[in-house]
Amino acid sequence: MIKTDILIIGAGPTGLFAVFEAGLLKLKCHLIDALPQPGGQLAELYPKKPIYDIPGFPEVLAGDLVDNLMKQIEPFQPGFTLGERAETIEKQEDGTFIVTSTSGLKHHAPVVAIAGGLGSFEPRKPLIPNIQQFEDKGVAYFIRNPEVYRNKKVVIAGGGDSALDWSIFLSEIASEVTLVHRRNEFRGALDSVEKVQELKKLGKITLITPAEVVGLSGVNQLETVVLQKADASEQALEADAFIPLFGLSPKLGPIADWGLEIEKNAIKVDNTLDYQTNIPGIYAIGDVNTYPGKLKLILCGFHEATMMCQSAYQRIHPDKRYVMKYTTVGGVHGFDGSIKEAPKAVVKSID
Amino acid sequence: MRDITITITDREGVSHTIEAPTDMNMNLMEVVRSYELAPEGTIGICGGMAMCASCQCYVESDHELPEKGDEEEAMLSEAFFVKENSRLGCQIPITPDLEGLKITLAPEE
Repeated sequence: MIKTDILIIGAGPTGLFAVFEAGLLKLKCHLIDALPQPGGQLAELYPKKPIYDIPGFPEVLAGDLVDNLMKQIEPFQPGFTLGERAETIEKQEDGTFIVTSTSGLKHHAPVVAIAGGLGSFEPRKPLIPNIQQFEDKGVAYFIRNPEVYRNKKVVIAGGGDSALDWSIFLSEIASEVTLVHRRNEFRGALDSVEKVQELKKLGKITLITPAEVVGLSGVNQLETVVLQKADASEQALEADAFIPLFGLSPKLGPIADWGLEIEKNAIKVDNTLDYQTNIPGIYAIGDVNTYPGKLKLILCGFHEATMMCQSAYQRIHPDKRYVMKYTTVGGVHGFDGSIKEAPKAVVKSID
Repeated sequence: MRDITITITDREGVSHTIEAPTDMNMNLMEVVRSYELAPEGTIGICGGMAMCASCQCYVESDHELPEKGDEEEAMLSEAFFVKENSRLGCQIPITPDLEGLKITLAPEE
């Protein structure tokens, strides 16, 4: 069981900055995120895109903003449960919460802040009627353990980096790798495209383009993948595994069933005070929330995170007196013992 | 700059004839959102970077549209329900040339 003061669901920019604001109030944070790395959309979708509306940064790459936030919160030693989705929440008798993530790991905290953005990123599944029937019976949407594919016949579909990179990687392990894409052009790093080209010439990867996987069959296990080519002709391929890699799309997921008030695919919060939801002790900050006039901007998420932390502090320490302190005055005292503060002005008389 | 008239058929099959401004640097996806013709969170998910296909639409009039860029081509090549006349609304800026444009929103994935 992980114990913390504020459990943050979502490690995007809003969730990360909440760790800093909580740290100033001496509150510890732990973050859960479905993606394997922190940064949310910024890291997953557009790390190389410049952002122009972060106050004080005329231009900053999304990936650099995440790196900077990670550096900024480092003194406050946040914990991370990455690659796992927050599945269930149980309110305890004392008003605290236990959130269980995908692997069954339990997280216990008096305050939960949902900073889930657009939701957790889940694989986009192709529209093949019986695909669900073969999930875990040959069909997989991510590759957890490449060894599973040793000496197997593998069909990969997709036209991006992950389809290219996994085709290259599995060409060393699998007995056959077939890469299927709807177009002749691939969207990926030039190196990867060239490498696939080379492996195709060597006969290690079979490239079938333009084509689309339209059918799957097999008795208990996947046995055949049916392709449809541009001229509408069909081709059946023997296959032990089919791995569609069509990227990720965000889904609100299990959070939608937590009893929170939902409007327009977002969680309703009290924007007059502290971004608390209809369940006291659960807050929603950043793109995941909605209120009159809501703007889905990173800078608004930062503000909401700050207000949430002040309210969380009062909830956790109802009897303590506190006034907000500027970092220029109080500095930053990390939980790791590090201290950052403004240098003292020199007071010296001039003769 | 004047407004133009666009006809948009939503995902329920209901047709809406709306006015769109040509001087606000808006794209077709944003126009659909501004009139709330598709629920929030089901359109323009990536914000307009051609990184999702939630604003896919079928162009039903024969207007000359800006050519697809590489990113749009790539996204449409991985999207579902794609037809010959599919476009991403976020990649179509609203200009006076689009007066009378007719589109239908593609189904939600």
